[in-house]
Amino acid sequence: MSNLFPNVEWDVMLTSTGQTLYMTAVAVIATFVIGLFLGLALFLTGKGNLWENKLFNVITAAIVNIFRSIPFIILIILLIPFTLFLVGSMLGANAALPALIIGAAPFYARMVEIALREVDRGVIEAAKSMGSSNTQIIFKVLIPESLPALISGITVTSIALVGYTAMAGVVGAGGLGDRAFLDGFQRTQNDVTFVATVIILIIVFLIQFIGDTITRRLDKR
Amino acid sequence: MAHINSMPFCSYSQKGIFYESEESSLLITLDAVRKIFKTKDGQVNAVDQVNLTIDQGEIFGIIGYSGAGKSTLIRMLNMLERPTSGSVTVAGQDLSKLSKSGLRKARQEISMIFQHFNLLWSRTVRENIAFPLEIAGVARAERLRRVDELIKLVGLEGRGESYPSQLSGGQKQRVGIARALANNPKVLLCDEATSALDPKTTDSILNLLVEINEKLGLTIVLITHEMHVIRKICHRVAVMENGRVVEQGPVLDVFRHPSEEITKDFVKQITEPEETTDVIKQLASEKPQNKIVQLTFVGGRAEQPIITEVIRKFNVQVNILQGKVSQTQNGAYGSLFIQLEGVDSEVSDAINYMNQQQVEVEVVSYE
Repeated sequence: MSNLFPNVEWDVMLTSTGQTLYMTAVAVIATFVIGLFLGLALFLTGKGNLWENKLFNVITAAIVNIFRSIPFIILIILLIPFTLFLVGSMLGANAALPALIIGAAPFYARMVEIALREVDRGVIEAAKSMGSSNTQIIFKVLIPESLPALISGITVTSIALVGYTAMAGVVGAGGLGDRAFLDGFQRTQNDVTFVATVIILIIVFLIQFIGDTITRRLDKR
Repeated sequence: MAHINSMPFCSYSQKGIFYESEESSLLITLDAVRKIFKTKDGQVNAVDQVNLTIDQGEIFGIIGYSGAGKSTLIRMLNMLERPTSGSVTVAGQDLSKLSKSGLRKARQEISMIFQHFNLLWSRTVRENIAFPLEIAGVARAERLRRVDELIKLVGLEGRGESYPSQLSGGQKQRVGIARALANNPKVLLCDEATSALDPKTTDSILNLLVEINEKLGLTIVLITHEMHVIRKICHRVAVMENGRVVEQGPVLDVFRHPSEEITKDFVKQITEPEETTDVIKQLASEKPQNKIVQLTFVGGRAEQPIITEVIRKFNVQVNILQGKVSQTQNGAYGSLFIQLEGVDSEVSDAINYMNQQQVEVEVVSYE
């Protein structure tokens, strides 16, 4: 092993993998929650829906679009003052979280909105005809009926987030991206870059596999 | 609010046939109901000044072509559409005056089934049927008991754990019906409930509806574009065209005396198979001297041996062209097309004779 990858320090690689997993996991959970709320808000205030509100809808949509459009590497830089205020430092995994979440949540919110739009209007009408309140429609109809799409959406978002953590690594957040860039690229240790890449690929494949399995289980259509 | 029990009932049919309803109690009253949709091309009067009363325990059908406004009309009976003006009263409550929570409560007693079933695919049959019970806040043990009861009632034993995607159309509609009955509603609204089903399945669903109507005394309001559905299960019918109710009355009366063109078209769906008209036209042109007569039998008279009598009493030959007897909820309804051959005086005597019997006689001419 040490002949094949002479420059790889495995304990450092392990720590970096842990950092990447940590950043991804926390960011995915936060993105799921915030994105779900934003997506619901976008959907419900849309035309012909339960809480139709044009002003709110237009403003939310604009914010979502702006944050979704800024390239992630620029978003990190733009958010430096905000991160410093929140975390107190620009180094370490936690410092990457604000940018990761703010970058991914609007992206996921759009996916949530699309998933909710796919829910059969007839089913919503049926729920209304049975005397459901709006909250009951959200929790008993909209979310369960769109769950497979919500899960496959968060799978795609999670994979994007793994990519974002690598970029965040470049500016000092640690993780596998940090290893590949600092130890691999800048010190021309190609074996380190290679190993870091392989580990990232494994993480992505695992996420995809888990996401697909859950989606398939949930989908009774 | 008080029930309007004592309100005197009067002529349902436009021909002025008096319909005395025993122990009539009004369940649904529509008073000058209008619905105007604003579209880019201007206003559309989807429903225009509709007045209707529907009795407790009857099956009331509304028929019309697509775009006649019947779908909007039935949606105003549970306020899925709010009327632009006029009032909708169900079980003594003016629906448009109810608060949001009052309306939700009222809706639990006004169930609806749909053309495309509208089941939740993420729930099993049992869970779908339990849905309205959850909405109404029924306790879990009671929910389970009630679901079992309903599964039995609609004949879905053994399918409780299936998902809707594993069911046929007829089975899906049975789930829809079970779900609609869960909270013991006062009214069942059927929105083209059989239009997506094949003829055989349609019949089995219609039979189920009649069974429920008889067993539970449940009032059913249905909309359809198929006269077959009206004939088979409805007690009374209203015909809609361009947002208005153009004709209404007991099904048999409307069949017997359709006064509007559109109603005649619908009645023809039942009495005259499409090819009949062609056949009769051809016969008429082959032997123009012979008279073609349409006899319409209603109720018990459908079995009367009138043809035998005519042959015996008059010197005419009777050629039977086409006959059909249909069963409606208020009795049998039959029509018979015959051709009379003979000298003019005998033929007209025969027609006079038939006229004196209790059948409708119409000399058909296709010029």
